[in-house]
Parts: sequence; structure tokens; C-alpha cells
Amino acid sequence: MSVLVPTSLDAALTALADHPDATVLSGGTDLMVEVNSGHRRPEHVVAVSRVPELSTWRHDPVAGSLRIGAGIRYTEIERDPIASWSPALAQAARTVGSPQIRHAATIGGNVGTCSPAGDGLPVLRALDAVVELRSATGTRQVPFGEFMTGPKRTVRAPGELITAIVVPVADGYQGYTKVGVRNAMVIATASVALVVRGHSVAIALGSVGPTILRCPEAEVLAASSADFEAGHLPADVLAECCELARAAARPIDDHRSTADYRRHAVGVLTGRLLRRAFPNG
Amino acid sequence: MSTTETFNDTPAGIGSAGHLGRLGDSALRPDGIAKVQGTFEFSGDLSADGFLWGATLRSPHPSARIVRIDLSGAWKINGVEAVITAADVPGVATYGLISQDQPVFASEYVRFQGEPVAAVAANHPDTCRRALEAIVVEYEVLDPLVDPERGIDGSHPPIHPDGNVFRHQRIVRGDQTLVGDIVVEGTYELGMQDQAFLGLEAALAVPDPGGDGVELHVATQWLHEDRKQIAACLNLAEDKVHLVLGGVGGAFGAREDISLQVHSCLLALRTSRPVRMAYSRQESFLGHVHRHPCRIWMRHHADRDGHLVRVEARFVFDGGAYASTSSAVLVNGITHAQGPYKCENATVDGWAVRTNNLPCGAMRGFGVVQACFAHEAQMDKLAAAVGVDPLEVRLRNAMQTGDRLITGQVVESVAPVARLIRELAAMPLPTEPVGGSDGDPMRLPGGAGRTADVAHVRRGIGWAVSIKNLMYSEGFDDFSTARVRLADGVATVKFATAEVGQGFVTLAGQIARTILGVDDVVLDRIDTQIGSAGSTSASRQTWMSGGAVDGACRLVRERLFEHVGRAHGVDPLRLAIDGTDVVDTMGALRVPVAEATAGLEIDETFEHHHRPTEDLDELGQGNCHTAFAFAAHRAVVDVDPELGLLKVVEVATVQDIGRALNPLSITGQIEGGIAQGVGLAVMEEIIQTGGKVRNASFTDYLLPTFLDMPDVRIGLVEEPEPQAPLGAKGVGEPPTVSSTPAVVAAIRDALGKDLTRVPVRPTDIVF
Amino acid sequence: MADELGNQIYTLHVNGDTREVRDAWVGESLLHVLRERLGLMGSKGACEQGECGSCSVLVDDELVCSCLVMAASAVGQRIVTIEGIAPPGAPSDVQQAFVEAGAVQCGFCTPGLIMATHSLLERSPSPTEMEIREELSGNICRCTGYGRIIEAVQRVAVGRRGDA
Repeated sequence: MSVLVPTSLDAALTALADHPDATVLSGGTDLMVEVNSGHRRPEHVVAVSRVPELSTWRHDPVAGSLRIGAGIRYTEIERDPIASWSPALAQAARTVGSPQIRHAATIGGNVGTCSPAGDGLPVLRALDAVVELRSATGTRQVPFGEFMTGPKRTVRAPGELITAIVVPVADGYQGYTKVGVRNAMVIATASVALVVRGHSVAIALGSVGPTILRCPEAEVLAASSADFEAGHLPADVLAECCELARAAARPIDDHRSTADYRRHAVGVLTGRLLRRAFPNG
Repeated sequence: MSTTETFNDTPAGIGSAGHLGRLGDSALRPDGIAKVQGTFEFSGDLSADGFLWGATLRSPHPSARIVRIDLSGAWKINGVEAVITAADVPGVATYGLISQDQPVFASEYVRFQGEPVAAVAANHPDTCRRALEAIVVEYEVLDPLVDPERGIDGSHPPIHPDGNVFRHQRIVRGDQTLVGDIVVEGTYELGMQDQAFLGLEAALAVPDPGGDGVELHVATQWLHEDRKQIAACLNLAEDKVHLVLGGVGGAFGAREDISLQVHSCLLALRTSRPVRMAYSRQESFLGHVHRHPCRIWMRHHADRDGHLVRVEARFVFDGGAYASTSSAVLVNGITHAQGPYKCENATVDGWAVRTNNLPCGAMRGFGVVQACFAHEAQMDKLAAAVGVDPLEVRLRNAMQTGDRLITGQVVESVAPVARLIRELAAMPLPTEPVGGSDGDPMRLPGGAGRTADVAHVRRGIGWAVSIKNLMYSEGFDDFSTARVRLADGVATVKFATAEVGQGFVTLAGQIARTILGVDDVVLDRIDTQIGSAGSTSASRQTWMSGGAVDGACRLVRERLFEHVGRAHGVDPLRLAIDGTDVVDTMGALRVPVAEATAGLEIDETFEHHHRPTEDLDELGQGNCHTAFAFAAHRAVVDVDPELGLLKVVEVATVQDIGRALNPLSITGQIEGGIAQGVGLAVMEEIIQTGGKVRNASFTDYLLPTFLDMPDVRIGLVEEPEPQAPLGAKGVGEPPTVSSTPAVVAAIRDALGKDLTRVPVRPTDIVF
Repeated sequence: MADELGNQIYTLHVNGDTREVRDAWVGESLLHVLRERLGLMGSKGACEQGECGSCSVLVDDELVCSCLVMAASAVGQRIVTIEGIAPPGAPSDVQQAFVEAGAVQCGFCTPGLIMATHSLLERSPSPTEMEIREELSGNICRCTGYGRIIEAVQRVAVGRRGDA
């Protein structure tokens, strides 16, 4: 086994070009669990925690977006100033693992692992975030909805490195809710992110399908029925949106919970988030 | 005495009571500084020159016949020094606490997922892992027996030569046909809880140079019982097997049974080198016994005013693949079926059954957790049927000293049940409203997940009261031994009492200081160079090992007084300890203990035995228990009924402790015990499907964190227990016994819904 | 050019010292290297998954689980373990408070909690109770039920204010 610790982005990309199937090590909070248990023994590891280009972030006021380096850790995302640009992502960050995990885990790692239960992912989906991928031969931007293709499956090609997540700055309400049986270090049983941008509503569901799911029917119904300026959404419409969110979910039974409960939970959470977004009835 | 001194008193000046405390003080742990600085050696921290790592191959199947085992692949790996199986066990092939039915290594059949099949010793843990992977075991997979009812009705063939029933015991007392004016019944279920101590199983086995003996450093609960079983399996005399207590990172019952002890000794003897073994967390889940899952049907009969007249019950404990202590757990459970309440008539049927699920045995509460969950749910149902509040119905039935259990045994212990209830009821409820007064989402169910607003949450309050036996039962003489030497003003205390975190090492020093008037107490190494101390379990060590240290100190003091009396011409009966002096209570003589013991060495050993107990007869009648302790709990829980998430806000308790020998230690035991009770109530369960474990990791076996643990409010009732050598009752188990049902009662109160199973899951609340 | 670490020697900065790690498989976690290569047994492993905090250390002043750090990737970083908090026999105020408040029972979680508490109080000298709970939520204790630990942290916070 070899461990490469590049100290520049170019060096990292060269290393990946030399070993396209190398495992990228960021915070270690996913990979090391597997290495410790003997389930994974990668031949080549490229550790990117020292690549300075990955641990910067920038707000672009013209584009109205936040470019978050893949190496930015959740502890930073949880707090201002990043939190002020993306409150729902900060809320999700606060639910990631524990303080120790948040000091190590990176948004790039979370996106790279791409578990349907990944805490930040529903927010990225609801915001239509874009994943920036680079290799020695080029760069591409992939919307998150296209980036994730299945449970822990992505379109990242061998030799590619996730370098940044570009997150639109939304002007309206945004919130993230997560169901877990205890209050720290818990994998989401079900989660929902909701973002209001202009006169559109985005609802993304986590842990209830092979990928993070959107609820286009619920979104369209909410957007067309809401009075955004007055913060008003009729109760019967809200209830129907919950039903549509339940219908969009494709949950499974597993040792953590049942499909029935998960479907029920995303309905409840959707309703509560909509009421927080439109508090005036 | 060995020359190794394990725990020296920490330097003076630390803390108010400091380490120099006597009985009644909140004396500090003598090992505290070493533990906070990371220098305290747990068994997994021990090493020896030239050591090898050992590791265990375990069955992936809950039930299978072993067709063949091919070890050759393991032997080919560079660095592998030993590969052993059942064929390599020189002595008795099986072990066990009550019946020796559990194989050191499976030979013909594997009976639970995780059962050891082979072990290797090699130069690196990774080499061990590769060696285990290279061993080929051909299994013929069988259909596992997972439903204990099939063990009872005989519809499944025996999965072990000893049969599928560990024990069947009835309790039949009084009128068997009586029907009360009020009858309430229910069926209750408890899932499998794990002790989940943090200090993973680990040992260092060092073979004697001649190869005819071994020294094992291990974290365990009962050195001598381990030694007995190990020696039998190794075909060695017990005096050739030396056990030394390695630092223990918690136990809670999981270390009562053998896990890696015989394996590590065998590997050490086979390789003639020291062997370290250490379990991973996943392996730990498979490698030790668990709390018995249990199904309990109960029917309570009462008069119109809610006075109990008869209890009926049927208990089925799933003991898993091997016997462990299942038969004792069963007896504990059924003999506590009535709870801390008067009841003259009983019809109880109890079964402990063998299945291909994980083996079960001791866990803090030992069968009474299960009984209490059921009887407290029943008492709430009774209250509702009578039309009184839950506390009133309990007060009407509250047990007193002199009342009888349904086994006929008179409860001679102090039994302040009514007082516990009244003092608990008098504790004010928490004043913080749902969600707190600061709007922090952490105060609501769902926490940082922000699932609920205040309007979505309902608060409930629940109560539960318990009785719990102390020490061992059914004729078992679980004595304890201590040796005290006094020389030059320093007392050295030796015992084999396993310190697992509960603080016996602190208490031992307090006893010696109080009785002998010395400040300097040295604790000798904890090992088998002295007689047995019995198990650190059953809330027994304060009483039994405290009694042993107390007894040895009193013998030493008597000899000291004889010496001083002779030296000064004073009748020893007039002498007493005052501070650090020997004084003549009727004269002027005052001699510092240090001076009185100069050049003198007094050395006494004492065995403390409790009064004998009896077996139960066929009708479950007999004085089978030693003594009892009582506790009452109140829980306040905020519930989000739509999502089934909850926040345990507060658990308040009043506990019957006899005498507070160390208030700080008592607080620690109560808070820690409540944490485990809360865990069972709302989040902890080993989930098995078809005998296969789905969640053998801390990712999915959830322990309460700082954000889950409620505030705890404690009241203590100190009515000294005349039978106890120091007046103090054990305190470790009662906090775990009635906290679980109090939490569930609070959830029921918030929802207005019947809940009959723990842990309570969101699906139980929502659907 | 990137450094490639096979089964070679590499150095780690631990508790102010430069320590050489030799004959090590580079996939080893920092926890394993600290304990089995460098003889620093104070950090404990209770889960090897980052779910208990017993292995907590400071890496460049950040509290992390050492079981989740690939040791070879921590080259050049400043590592502090429980052994580096205070000299033996001269415990820090946090360590002292844990003993005095009864926050230590079996002690297995204790080193990790000491590290977490030092880290918490550096960043937040007067934490509220909820802050304490949240900042320590990555450390599991099975013995104490957490009450005495919270008390210990509060005593240190008060004590430090008193000295200021």
C-alpha cells in the first residue's frame, strides 16, 4: 500500500493520473472505518488534506453562489461566515456525527461517498448545487442531481478529484430536518431539506431512496399556491404537499427503520418545513 | 503478599475530602489521577517482551454442523505461530458458570453466530486477520431455533445434548383459583440489551517457563471462578493458573462468563510465548453474553380498592445458545414478579430456554429488569382500573419489612417502600417548559435535527418502584476474602475483588482508615494469591468485600489493642481508635497508631459470609434470597407523537441505600445506572433476524450520549440495614431496574397509548 | 512531487517530540501507531469507528478521533495526546476536577474526555450546560451517566474565571 500526501492541487491531480483507481482520503471518517475493520485495503491512497486549494471558499456576489472547497470541514460549514450564506447546510452540518467527526469530515468526502443518508446531501440537492470535478486533463461541473446515481455511486471517473461544491445562495427560507433515534452520532432514518428561492420551492428527501430524491409535484403545487410575500400557504395545500412527498419517497425496510415509518416521516417533515417557510397560515 | 503495589494513595492536598476519607466521606478514587493522566493500565494496555497477538475465528452461522476444518492455509502464512481448535484443548472441552455446556471451540456444531471455532497466534494483528481468513471451515447450515416457545413446546429437536430448556420453575402460593374484583392483564416484551462496556475484552497470557502453568492478566468480574474454569480446560491444577486483574473498563455483567481467557492461555502455552488478545467492538458484541430478551404475560387481581390479592405470570427468557447464568436469571425474574408490593397468592410459570440466538447471561439487574418492566406496567393499569393515581395504588400495596414474597420468604431487610414513594412525590417537577426557555432546538425531541417545534410536543410523567435482591441466591455461598496487614502505621489491604469502575478500591481504603486509624492505606495487587472475593455483580461487593475488609481490619485492630494493652497495662476492651490514635476510653493513654505499630506486623485474613439461603422447591417456595434493596423512579419525557421522537427531560429517584459510605460514589452509581435504564427504554437493542445480528457496532447499537441523558435528581433514604456488615446496601442495580419502566410510563402518559415493549421505537409510537 | 510512503520510516510530531515510526504498515490508524508503535497507551480504542471518542487527540489544535486518522497522512501535523496534557503527577486543572467531581469510574473514556474538555474550554471558556453537552457529545461514557463530568467541566470553567 502506498500513501501519497500531495501539497498542491497539481500534484494531487498528477498522482490520480498515475493511479486512476487510487482511493482519495480526505477526512478519513468513512475510509478509515473500512480500513480499520479490514473491509478495505486500498493499494494506493492519495491523501488530499494538505492541498491548500481545496480548503478555501469564496462567495461570488455576481453569480449569487458560494464555492466551497472540497476540503472544507463540517465544523467550518456549521459556523459563520459560511453558515450565514447557507443556513440549511449549516443546520445539516450540525447533525453530522460529533464534534470530532465534524473537525475531520469534509464536504468533498461526504459528496464523494454519496450515501443516501449523507447529512448535507439533501440540502445540496434542494439547492441544485454543482459538483466540480477536475482531473489532469480537464474540469467539469456536474449538478448534484446528476452526480449521484445510486447508493454510494457517482459519476466521478477514475482519475477525477472533487475539488469544490458550488452552492447557490438562496434568498428565501431554507431548512434541514433529520430524524434520528438519538441526538448525536446517528445515521438519518429520514431527512428533508426545503429551500425557497424567488417564487420556487425545492424539497429534497434523504434516506428514502437509492439517491436523494426531489418532489417535483409537491414543489410545483407549493410554488403555485403560496403567497410568498405574505408567507402564506393554505393548510389543505400543505397537507397535499405532504402526501405528494410521501408518494415521491421510495424507502426500504432495514435494521434502522421501516419503509412505512420513513415514508410517514418525510411527509411530516415536509409539512413542518413548509409551515416554517410559510408561517402565516 | 506480592511486592507489586498497584494503587498508591495520591499525594495529599487533592480535594476537600481528598483521598484520606473515612466511611461517610466522598473520598476520591486512589486510581483517579492515573486514570485522568492515561497512565492507568487496562488489560488491553499490558504487554510483554516477545509477545504474539491472538485472534479468534468465529462462526458466521447461528446453527450449523461443522463438516470439516482445514487449517493448512493459515499455517502457510509467514508470522503465524499457532493455529488451534477443539482438538487442542487438553482438559475439559466445555465451560460454564452453572452447567459446563459451552465449548471452548465448537467441534461438531456451532450454535450461535460468533461461536469460536479456532484461534491463531501471530506476529501482527493483520497477520492474524489473514490467517483467520485462510482457515477453511465447511459448514452444513441448519435452520436455527430462534423462537423460545418452540423450545418449550418441544416442536424443535434439541440443539444441544442437554436439551432446549435450561430451567422451568413455577411459583405456586396460596389460592390458585382466586379472581379479583379488578383484573388487569398484559403481555410485555424486552429486547436484548448489551452491556457495551467501553474497555474491550483484552488479556495478556504469560506461560510459565516450564510450560506447566500460566499467568493471565485479564479484565474480569470474578478471578477465582475464571481460574476454576480455565484450569479445568487446560488440564492444570488451579494453583498453576494465576490470574491477575488487568484494569477493567466497565463490566455490567458481561465479564462474568469466560470469553478470551482459555483461548489466550492455550495459545500462550502452545507457543511458549506471551500472547495478547483484544476484541474489536464487533467481536465484543458477539463474544460476551447479553441481557435476556424476555416475554412476560401478567395478570393482576385486586380488590375494589386496588389491594393486590393475586398475581399470575408467565415468563419466557430467551437464553440463547448456552446456559451461562440463565437459570439464576429466571429465578430472579420470577421471584420478583410481585414487585415491592404485598401479595398473598401467586401463580407463576417461568422458562429459560435455549435457542440459536446469542447467549445471554448477567447484566445489571439480572432478570429483575424484565420483571419490573412488566409489574410496573401492570400497576399503572391497575391504578387506571381502580380510578386512582399511579402513586396511590402503589402506596396502598407498599411492601414493608416483615411482608412475604410470593416464595414465602419473609423480607427481613429494611423495606421503606412507602417512604420512597412519598419522598419522590415531594420532589418538585422540572420548571423548564417543553423546549426550554431559550429556544435551543437541542431541548426538543429531535435535537439538532430540528424535527419539532414546541407545539408538536407533549410532556408525560411516569413512575416506577422496584425491589431488587442483593448477593447470590438459592444456597450459593458467595463469600469474600480480605487480608489486612498493619505495620509501621501503614495498612496494606489485599483482596481479589474485581474493581470494574464501581469504586470498591476507594471504599476499601475508607474502611481501613476508619477502623485502624491510619491515613496511609496501600492496596495490594488484585490477583488469585488470596481467596475468592466472589463476583463483582449482584450489587454485592460493598456488603461482601466491604464486610471482608471490615472483618480483617477488626481482627487486626483487636490484635493491636491486645499489644497496646500489654505494653501499657490497660485492658484492651477499654481501647478505641480516635483519629489516628489509640486511646484509653476510660483513662489518659493516647498513642499514635504509627507509634504503636512501630516494629510490629499484624497480618489477618477474614472471610465474610452472608447468611445461608435455600433452594426453591417445586412450588417455588423457599428462602432463596439474601437481602433486598428498593428504589423509586420518576421520569419526565417530552414526546413528539407524530414522529415518535422523544427527549427524556429528567429522571428523579429516591433509593434505599442503608448507609451512605461514599456519597460521591453513590451518585455515580445511580446516574450511571439510570443511563443504562434510559438506554434500554428508548434506544438500545441487539437486533437479530434468524439468529444473525444486524447491528454489532456502535453505529447502530445506540448508547445514550451527553445529548440524550436527562438531568438526574437524587434522594437517598438511609435506614441502616442491620444485616449488612457496614449498614449499607448495594446500590448498583436498583437505578437500572425501575428507571426503564418509569420512562416508558411517561411516554404512555404523554400519548395516552399503551406501550408494551422496550426499547420503545418511533414506529411503536406512530403506528 | 507527492511523497509516497510505503513500508518506510516516517516521523510524527507528538507532544512536542519528533517520533520516528518504523516497520509500520502505512494503513495503520494514528491510534494504532500511538499505542503500538510509540508506546503511548493513554489513548484508548473502544470502537475504531469514530463513534465513542475514547481515542480523541488534538491534531493541529483540533479534536479528532485518532482511529480515523491514517497515521501516515498526519506527517507534519502537531499531535497532542493525553500524555502531553500534563506531566505525570502534576495533573491539569481539568484532570484534577475530573477526579474531585467523581467524573471517573472505570476510566476508559476518561483520556478522550479530558482531551475534549481541554479543547472545549479553549474555544469556549464559559460554556453553558447545553454547550458542554453538545461539545462532548462525541464522547461516550457507559459508567457515569455524564452528570459528574458536566460538574467537573463547570468547576474548571469557574476556577479559571476566578484566577483571571
